[in-house]
Amino acid sequence: VPLADLSIAHEPLGVERVVAELERAAQREGEGCGGVCTFVGVVRATHKGRRVRHLEYEAFEPLALKAFARIREEIDGQWPGTLVAIHHRVGRLAVGDASVVIAAASAHRAAAFQVCRYAIERVKQIAPVWKHEFFDDGDAWVEGATADVDDADARRRALDVACA
Amino acid sequence: MRVSVQLFARLRELAGRADLECDVPAGSAIQDVWRAVAESHPALGAYGSSVSCARNEDFARMSAPVGEGDVIAFLPPVSGGARGWS
Repeated sequence: VPLADLSIAHEPLGVERVVAELERAAQREGEGCGGVCTFVGVVRATHKGRRVRHLEYEAFEPLALKAFARIREEIDGQWPGTLVAIHHRVGRLAVGDASVVIAAASAHRAAAFQVCRYAIERVKQIAPVWKHEFFDDGDAWVEGATADVDDADARRRALDVACA
Repeated sequence: MRVSVQLFARLRELAGRADLECDVPAGSAIQDVWRAVAESHPALGAYGSSVSCARNEDFARMSAPVGEGDVIAFLPPVSGGARGWS
């Protein structure tokens, strides 16, 4: 079954499948595929010194998919001819499980690295996905700041980080 | 005017429910719906202006108008967001 290039996943994420899929798509475009850059977010064993037992990720799925599509459009405008895949796990995850997989394909490596970094920064900024951490002695929702898809400053920050 | 409200993540936990119905006067904006929800669920009050929202499964501003039967989702901050809406 071919993967959609944007998804909220209820099953474990496989990086190799994501890469193979994206690479095939990229071969058909423009100059073809010269490189694929991947980022895998992994459940960490500790948070601020506390031992993590497991995590639960929750998403507002239809909106999360729209956020991913928005990020893909932004990337298309900034780096024409590149391709990106964004997959985020939801549900209960154990330490070491992949929570997010991003793959970026481009004719040349520089853009692949930039697109990959930009995509994860934007996912963290705007995707309606929440992390609930469970420790030996309690639990906590991880909340940063308000998601605002139209915030141009946030977008610029992601771009600066990606192109640094 | 009646709208449906969806709450996610910590908002859902604090309110003790994921869905509710809310009556607001005609001409209300999403922020008025939020005020009504926070009034009936005081535990949500602490979120103030840090929530963001969606209308009918699309991103929306808190100042956007609501219509009869709209589904309004309130979203707590995500892990790496930006600033508040007010």
